[in-house]
Amino acid sequence: MFSDFDFDVIWRSLPYLFKEGMTFTLTLTAMATVGGIIFGTLLAMMRLSRFRWLSAVAGTYVNLMRSLPLLLVIFWFYFLVPYIGAWVIGSPTPIQVGAFWSSVITFTMFEAAFFCEIMRAGIQSVSRGQTYAAYALGLNYWQTMGSVILPQAFRNMIPVLLTQTIVLFQDTSLVYVLSITDFLGAASKVAQRDGRLVEMYVFAALVYFIICFTASRLVRVLQQRVAIVR
Amino acid sequence: MIEIKHVSKWYGSFQVLTDCTTSIGAGEVVVVCGPSGSGKSTLIKTVNALEPFQQGEIIVNGISVGDPKTDLPKLRAKVGMVFQHFELFPHLSVLDNLTLAQTKVLGRGKDEAADRALKLLDRVGLKAHQSKYPGQLSGGQQQRVAIARALSMDPIAMLFDEPTSALDPEMVNEVLDVMVDLAKEGMTMMVVTHEMGFARKVADRVIFMDGGRIVEDTGKDEFFDPRGERSERARQFLSKILPH
Repeated sequence: MFSDFDFDVIWRSLPYLFKEGMTFTLTLTAMATVGGIIFGTLLAMMRLSRFRWLSAVAGTYVNLMRSLPLLLVIFWFYFLVPYIGAWVIGSPTPIQVGAFWSSVITFTMFEAAFFCEIMRAGIQSVSRGQTYAAYALGLNYWQTMGSVILPQAFRNMIPVLLTQTIVLFQDTSLVYVLSITDFLGAASKVAQRDGRLVEMYVFAALVYFIICFTASRLVRVLQQRVAIVR
Repeated sequence: MIEIKHVSKWYGSFQVLTDCTTSIGAGEVVVVCGPSGSGKSTLIKTVNALEPFQQGEIIVNGISVGDPKTDLPKLRAKVGMVFQHFELFPHLSVLDNLTLAQTKVLGRGKDEAADRALKLLDRVGLKAHQSKYPGQLSGGQQQRVAIARALSMDPIAMLFDEPTSALDPEMVNEVLDVMVDLAKEGMTMMVVTHEMGFARKVADRVIFMDGGRIVEDTGKDEFFDPRGERSERARQFLSKILPH
């Protein structure tokens, strides 16, 4: 039954698929992960703050982001951010951020809500006594967080953070709505140009599977490596 | 050195400390004892403001702890504290546990901090373990590291919150020995403990707490004098914990 298929199309389009498509997918994943974890950690610290209004602001943000479909947020940011930017700096015309930066900002803001909840659990997994001990030595809030609590919280949560990154890696395929060529987008283009839909989509699925499966295996190995001796 | 005046504290509507007043002079060793839930740990934690209090005043080295304008990190850096569960930082090596606050809070250079740390580790007999992680040490060793860590800040007073009650019995003495030496050197110490042997050996005064109140605050000899005038509560408590 495979006689009608032309798997050679994959071979011919490999450079395009990986050099253009996968490079973008990985770049977006990396930038959104780093940005999302930094922003998410700040959100988590706000949520756990004893200042009510700070935790209310962060809580609202997180709940809002987690209640909206990612696709909607992508559209929303793409069409709204130029106007918000123009309004902020008082420009009469919308600020053009471009599809690339729009996608980076969107994914960072969206994923931050999920990373926030992970880091919040991580911070709460560190016993209260550690904070007491750090304070008793004269460390202030930021030093306590930076040197004592967050390093432990982060280490406790590495497996979950990486699992979320794998989900993020898969979600990046939604950028097709901004006509950005990511890995799946590149595969689609070739598929439609050459009329080889089945071959290309099977191949794309296989690549996603191999990368995600390998990554989750690595997570498991890492999990045992980074555990803090107690 | 440490003055506690009419301190009261509530958790919601539940009162945990009621009108506690006492003082600890420079070089004095004061043991605080009492049944569990009597507020002794809470009281000692109010001294370096780890626990807030609603009424009264605590003065440490001339500085009011409860004053919102007080620079608490600066004050805490001068008062060492040792906890029941050690609270070493598990992600840092023993040496880094001792140098962290020295460099971040006191602004000491890396070498200077390490020098001071190694001297103190040597003193508690754990210099050989400097690059290990806390999880690789026994409870007694961890608590000695914790004492060294507190001393690395060159504190003017030391607070001990049940330093031996989470330890296996055979490790209690190695920690008490370090504390006895410290007391003999003239360190100002406030010690919450059930170790009456330690109290007998080095305490100047014994405070007995019950139900959030300071019931007795007497000299050591008077406290352990079997013919002395004891409150009924203290008599019961002593008869339960002193060996027969």
